[in-house]
Amino acid sequence: MSRPERFKDHHQEGRTFRFRAVLAFLFVLLMIGVLVGRMYYLQVVEHDRYAAMSDNNRVQLKPVAPTRGLIYDRNGILLADNRPSYSVTILKEEVGKALEPTLAELRKLIPITDKEVERFRKRLKQRRRPYESVPVRFRLTEEEIARLAVNYHRLPGVQVEANLIRYYPYGESLVHALGYVGRINQRELAAVDPDNYAATHYIGKLGVEKFYEPTLHGEVGWQKVETNARGRVMRVLESTDPVPGEDLQLTIDLRLQLITEKLLQGEKASIVAIEPKTGDILALVSTPGYDPNLFVTGISTKDYSRLRDSPDLPLFNRALRGGYPPGSTVKPITALAAIDSESVPETHTVRDPGWYSLRPGGRRYRDWKRGGHGNKVDLKLAMAQSCDVWFYDAGYKTGIDNMSDYLGRFGFGQVTSLDLPEALPAVLPSREWKKRTRRLPWYPGDSLNLSIGQGFLVATPLQLATASAVLANRGKWVQPKMLKGVRTPLDDGGVGLNMPVLDNPQSHPKDVELNHPEFWDLTVDNMVEVVHGERGTARKIGLDAPYTIAGKTGTAQVVGIKQDERYDADKLEKRFHDHALFIAFAPAEDPKIALAVIVENGGGGSSTAAPLARKVMDAYLLGDDLEPKPEVASE
Amino acid sequence: MSSRDFERSMPESGHHLQRKPSWWSYTHLDGWMLALLALLCGFGLFILYSASGKDVAYVSRQAVRMGAGFVALVVLAQFSPRLMARWAPWVYGVGVLLLVGVILFGVGAKGAQRWLALPGFRFQPSEIMKLILPLMIAAYLAKRPLPPSLKHCFWSLVMIGLPTVLIMKQPDLGTSLLIAASGIFVLLFSGIRWRYIFAALGAAGAALPGLWMVMKDYQRQRVLTFLDPESDPLGSGWNIIQSKTAIGSGGVWGKGWLSGTQSQLDFLPESHTDFIIAVIAEELGMIGVILLLAVYILIIGRGLWMAAQIQDCFGRLVAGSIVLTFFVYVFVNIGMVSGLLPVVGVPLPMVSYGGTSIVTLMAGFGILMSMHTHKQMLLR
Repeated sequence: MSRPERFKDHHQEGRTFRFRAVLAFLFVLLMIGVLVGRMYYLQVVEHDRYAAMSDNNRVQLKPVAPTRGLIYDRNGILLADNRPSYSVTILKEEVGKALEPTLAELRKLIPITDKEVERFRKRLKQRRRPYESVPVRFRLTEEEIARLAVNYHRLPGVQVEANLIRYYPYGESLVHALGYVGRINQRELAAVDPDNYAATHYIGKLGVEKFYEPTLHGEVGWQKVETNARGRVMRVLESTDPVPGEDLQLTIDLRLQLITEKLLQGEKASIVAIEPKTGDILALVSTPGYDPNLFVTGISTKDYSRLRDSPDLPLFNRALRGGYPPGSTVKPITALAAIDSESVPETHTVRDPGWYSLRPGGRRYRDWKRGGHGNKVDLKLAMAQSCDVWFYDAGYKTGIDNMSDYLGRFGFGQVTSLDLPEALPAVLPSREWKKRTRRLPWYPGDSLNLSIGQGFLVATPLQLATASAVLANRGKWVQPKMLKGVRTPLDDGGVGLNMPVLDNPQSHPKDVELNHPEFWDLTVDNMVEVVHGERGTARKIGLDAPYTIAGKTGTAQVVGIKQDERYDADKLEKRFHDHALFIAFAPAEDPKIALAVIVENGGGGSSTAAPLARKVMDAYLLGDDLEPKPEVASE
Repeated sequence: MSSRDFERSMPESGHHLQRKPSWWSYTHLDGWMLALLALLCGFGLFILYSASGKDVAYVSRQAVRMGAGFVALVVLAQFSPRLMARWAPWVYGVGVLLLVGVILFGVGAKGAQRWLALPGFRFQPSEIMKLILPLMIAAYLAKRPLPPSLKHCFWSLVMIGLPTVLIMKQPDLGTSLLIAASGIFVLLFSGIRWRYIFAALGAAGAALPGLWMVMKDYQRQRVLTFLDPESDPLGSGWNIIQSKTAIGSGGVWGKGWLSGTQSQLDFLPESHTDFIIAVIAEELGMIGVILLLAVYILIIGRGLWMAAQIQDCFGRLVAGSIVLTFFVYVFVNIGMVSGLLPVVGVPLPMVSYGGTSIVTLMAGFGILMSMHTHKQMLLR
């Protein structure tokens, strides 16, 4: 392995270095060329694709909530308003890990209940857009806003936000007529167009607010915004304004509604008043009510359980959902059924010893008056005195099929109103109905009970008021409705009204056509006799009435009275007292108002319900207010 | 100035013995190179202002670092190459010990130990190694006949491999790559025979699977993401998708300074550090990138030109290595941001925001100038 010792050759080394330096430089140029080629590929060849990707990154569509339509009464008084409300929110992206300390700090500054914290955490877990703030507490007071404002610098990510929220100035007076809005939930969101509700936090939960939700809501607007990588909006590129919801004008007469509500204060009761010519619901009262404003931003558990557990059931809409045996208030209709179906002549008379039985020695069906109404009771007297025996006899002869048919034509057992989503059909019994629900045949005794509005028949105050309106119209049907029209500004500065086109409007029965149209006047006359006749059960309210009232009292049993027992109000608990009912319309010859009154456990229809009806009619027909009018009827 | 440099670089002419040297020659600095570096630094600050979201604090801190780098450049230019060659083995030895120290006592972040903490400050021994390794290899080879024999090549590779492996262990793939490259460039410039080069390339290709075995999980992930960024668009693929989007959306003319949506709206990660080229490409377009690359070419060309004039073998090798390593920074950085290479942490020289790399790079140019201006003194 003898290799010649190598020596350094400086010149050769220099040449080698220079050669390789040139090679290196060429290599550098080549590689830079590769980089330029890459840039050319990305920035020229693929430019359009990447430009689109870049725009997709930064440009987002952000929904803008429309302003909810307002609700007015028939005279243009505002019933449901939108008011600014301040809430404190937390922006999770900005708070980051400091959520707990921030919450604790917030609770030191303003009162926040555990329940509110719990709900906040629930909302935080729900799906939301990035950089969408989550509310912690609503309805801040001025003082709370101020206290938060001075501490802003210590609480990054905490914001006070102003929103328009629903406000019901008349609170519980109108809640059963209007319904209310509340925070939209997942299930409701699934039922509406999610795009249109992308920015909406509230939705109609009940009543008119629910039924006319599509009209009231409006259309969502959109903003094309530039956001950063964390979703924070940097600027608005372009926007489409939301279309505000349309304003509704209701048929409700606020003045009448308030007067009516005041009349019923302290009672579990309901009054529904309808304009017979149009079907306009003038007043729809169910007492006790509750404050719908509590529900708008989410009711507290304490408030809710107080309402839910109250024995007076304030949450219960008696006017639309309360099923009551209508008692004698159906007698005008069962009488019509009897004479118009020619089951008995209109001159039919009965002997009334105070009871009625189908066969000698059989079960005795009692008249409300122990001694009976005499030996020769005709229809006129039977109506005026509400003589049960005449109706037992007539009802037995008319039969269930006829009675069920006539009652159905007046709207019993079905929902006939246009826009009251909570209305119940209640129960109109029939042979077939009893077989289906009780698996029993129809007994003649059932017909007797039905003829005086007891037994299986169940009706709501709205149905009774509707039947009253149909009687007032001599059979012409008008559909009860809450909406006068959608308000549209006119060119001359006024306000026009038009009815919205509904997808699937509720139907109502055909006009009631009698075989003997002359019986309409007979029936109305008999009802006038109830109020103005000298023996009428409601004669007290007719004494000084400056207009003619047609009415019918009713007293519905809450507990069954045994064969030989007497009803003695003093011995019964209040909750077992009879319900007091009254239906009426006035003026009888040209009815302007038809109504139904029900006072739960109120006692007698003539003593309790009729005077209330008189006051409502006075208020509407004479423009009377409550205070100046002396209590005439209760004398 | 350049013509005078040129004349001075011709020892045969002997002009330098007759002409009275100007005051400038006593500074041991290269005017052209300084001007080009200043241009690059200015451009870097200009784009950093945009990339940092108009944050003057970032820009001024970076300017301070550039100042520190310039001081390091001037100081190192004064050291004579002979001194550097003599000290190289000792500093190299200390450097390796410090790297071992990092493995044992180092501190760091994001799962990597890169710093040694001393009371009051902390530093990255791998940055020292970036400077010292080419000096060490060059000092070793310059004493030996060139082209180097197989044995000398072997020992050179051992000296390169030791710090490379230690730094890879930290783990810091980018730096270990740069350090290995700086040593290998010395070998290449020393005239190592082509057949060795090709054999080494072949062996390296065969060793790739082995490399895969020693890589950390996050490094493997980077390679996988590089091969298919869309496989994980929100995770590790996010960076590369966003940087390609930024570059591509910039087009030929760019979106305008301060108007890049990808960078200004924070879609582009690391926009002021490793990914700053994407900001340039987005806001200044392909034109901006080409202008920047032109400055780099001028710096590299000037550097190689200077290196080629150096008479001393040691100085030549060191100078050539420093210049080519600088190029590796440029290529690896732009290559990774534009999706040509997997993501390894290599900054864009003088432009990326960041502490030590600017000072180290400037110091490297100081050594280059020293080698270039001290050559006549080495002639014996």
